Amino acid sequence: MIDPVLASRLQFALTTIVHIIFPVMSMGLAPFLVYFTWKDIRTGEPIYEQLRRFWTKIFAVSFVVGTVTGIVLEFEFGTNFAAFSTTAGELFGGPLALEGMMAFMLEATFLGVFVFGRERVGDALYMVSAVAVGLGTWLSAVWILIANSWMQTPRGYELVTENDQVIVTLVDPIAAYANPRFPWMFVHMQNAAVESVALFMAGLGAYFVFRHHVWGYPVENVDFWETTLKFGLIALIVTAPLQVIHGDLYARHVFETQPQKFAAMEAVWVTDTYVPEYIVAFPTSLTDLLDPRAKSVFGIGIPGGASWLASGGDPQATIQGLEEFEGPQPPVAIVFWAFRIMVALGFWFILLAVWGGYRWWRGELLEDDLLHRALMLSAPLGIVAVELGWIVTEVGRQPWVIQDVMRTSDGVSPGLTGAEATLTLAGFAVVYLGLLTLYAYVVARIVRAGPPDVDGSAARDAPETPASEVSVDD
Amino acid sequence: MTDVDALAAEPLFGLPLADLWFGLLFFILGTFLFLDGFDFGAGALFATREDAEEREQLLAAIGPFWDGNEVWLVVFGGAMFAAFPSVYANLFSRHYLLMFAILGALIVRGLSPEMYEQRHDETWQTWWGRAFVVGSLTAPFFLGMFTANWLLGATTIVTLPGIIVGLALVALTVVDGAAFLRLKTRGDLRDDLRTDGYRALAAYLVLVVATIGSVYVAAPDLRAGLFSAPVVALVVATLTLAGVYAMATREDRYYLAFGAAAGLVFALVGIVAGLMYPAIDRAGGLTVESAIVSTLPLNLMSIGAAILLPLVFGYFAVLYSTFSGPIEAGESY
Repeated sequence: MIDPVLASRLQFALTTIVHIIFPVMSMGLAPFLVYFTWKDIRTGEPIYEQLRRFWTKIFAVSFVVGTVTGIVLEFEFGTNFAAFSTTAGELFGGPLALEGMMAFMLEATFLGVFVFGRERVGDALYMVSAVAVGLGTWLSAVWILIANSWMQTPRGYELVTENDQVIVTLVDPIAAYANPRFPWMFVHMQNAAVESVALFMAGLGAYFVFRHHVWGYPVENVDFWETTLKFGLIALIVTAPLQVIHGDLYARHVFETQPQKFAAMEAVWVTDTYVPEYIVAFPTSLTDLLDPRAKSVFGIGIPGGASWLASGGDPQATIQGLEEFEGPQPPVAIVFWAFRIMVALGFWFILLAVWGGYRWWRGELLEDDLLHRALMLSAPLGIVAVELGWIVTEVGRQPWVIQDVMRTSDGVSPGLTGAEATLTLAGFAVVYLGLLTLYAYVVARIVRAGPPDVDGSAARDAPETPASEVSVDD
Repeated sequence: MTDVDALAAEPLFGLPLADLWFGLLFFILGTFLFLDGFDFGAGALFATREDAEEREQLLAAIGPFWDGNEVWLVVFGGAMFAAFPSVYANLFSRHYLLMFAILGALIVRGLSPEMYEQRHDETWQTWWGRAFVVGSLTAPFFLGMFTANWLLGATTIVTLPGIIVGLALVALTVVDGAAFLRLKTRGDLRDDLRTDGYRALAAYLVLVVATIGSVYVAAPDLRAGLFSAPVVALVVATLTLAGVYAMATREDRYYLAFGAAAGLVFALVGIVAGLMYPAIDRAGGLTVESAIVSTLPLNLMSIGAAILLPLVFGYFAVLYSTFSGPIEAGESY
């Protein structure tokens, strides 16, 4: 049997890592769907109806799988992290309750109208439902990130003892909920979601464009895929540079507020000045791979880069080493490598955006097969970067569940047995991997079925014609 | 005195906010069991239909609604976490494996209608159809067990009252589901659902009597509560509503029957709440007063709920009026 603390942590990590994929898809798709719906209603051009209906199918599947995996996360705070919930619930429960009432309700109810109601409601209400669904997905992120960011930079609370238990009590709601980390997390996360969907769209579009124009297979609806490629590319050109810019500012903020996490990101063990930033890092031996140290990693680094990054411009700045922090350290290897790969991906996405933008400008977008291959291979990488980013955020703050307030090991349910925790961990490993496979399978089927046939005016002129949005087989 | 100090000093308008949140919590639970209850019922009744076209109709009936309905469970969890965090922590960690059984059932049930429609070949639909039925039966059963254990302060998963309440909740969701589906269907299917509704109602009434008996035997400290005025009134209300349901179903007064089904769900939840109060977690020794959060977050949450819950009912009004009436031929999930 695995120890209940470790099993609970693994279970939370597993369920979160799988769950986050689906909100990323819905948050990232939301602005596209609002735009496609708007254009569909305003112009009546068939391409926008196709785009709306095709991406709504993907959205609907993502939403369903996101719902069933997300309910689990909410209840895991009670089942596996009861001590954390008792201690922090006064401050932490509110945002979760508000997420349910304000955001999830808006999204889930109007999704019914948006997915099933095109023939039953007028244009105005249909547009309202698209906006409401999109707003719901983004408001969800607001409340979840308020709760999470408070754990990173806790403010506005006092610790009091009630019935022999130390309880976090709320004293300043504005300081607590508008805490310093929140804006960084929100901007970085939402931009990442749109960027991930942009990459997915561009990669998918590139695949069919490549088949058609390079391999010469006849592809039905090639216009649809070309347009998809272009929308993905436009969104990538906007989001990719922004992601790196506020990512840099965010890292500086982490240095100021969570120096231990920053030291783990850079694998700095001994306090030093003029710390280099390794853009590309190679281990000099296997030991360095599993236990990276800034001093012993061989890499192509910018001298003084990490110091420069942390301080906002001073290459001589001092970075506190991990040795200065008492108690257990975060697993440095995971944080160091996750951070490095995420940053590398961020720059790769900028390169793709520039490359694609340049080819498009030259009128060669449909001909560059190397670009198409690169886009195809990069289709899932936005989500990979999001996962790595969350690993840096969550693993990097260990051993704390609430930074400098409560250790993760103290947050686990006191009565939980190793047998119970191991059993559910094993169960979730099977179920969540199954869900992931099923999701990939269903999305692949939707893609293979392609966009629905529309004549542009059918939906408006013939209200009797049923049109299912969810089923692929109609 | 700043605004925050005022909010931290005493409950808004001097209202008994702890008791109101206890009531609100059970109201949210009741709303969830009523709304998602008819989705569960539709899933159970799915098993009784052989015809592919009729099965499609049952799925189409709940298609636009179920995810909104299920959000009430998320709101229930969130509200308990926000208002009674120690109950949230104690209750869910104590019922650890049962909670995961509920979550597993909800995953299967939520996923299966979506999957059922993804492919139109027989094997695929047979298996996802079965998954839909199993998920729809086990979710209310486990929820009933959970509710009974919560009330009794049980520390083991399997108790006799738990099993009886679980079965009662399954029967009640079928009553609820039959009433809802009669609003949404036509023809033979609608006639058959009348009989299904009667049978489930009879089973439910028997199980309510068994529930009261088993609580009387298993929990001597709840005996006095069983004969208290509110609980007796709710039991009488249950019998009356059952009569209304049967009469309205016979006379094809669909909305009245659906309303009676809603009343039955809220009466059951009311009985549980009435028996439990003023405790909120008997096994953990927590009362409403001792488990409620401090005044500042309580006031903030109350303001939030007072603004948001009416809005939420507004969204539901839009959704249910958009998809009112029997489903049209060709409408699919």
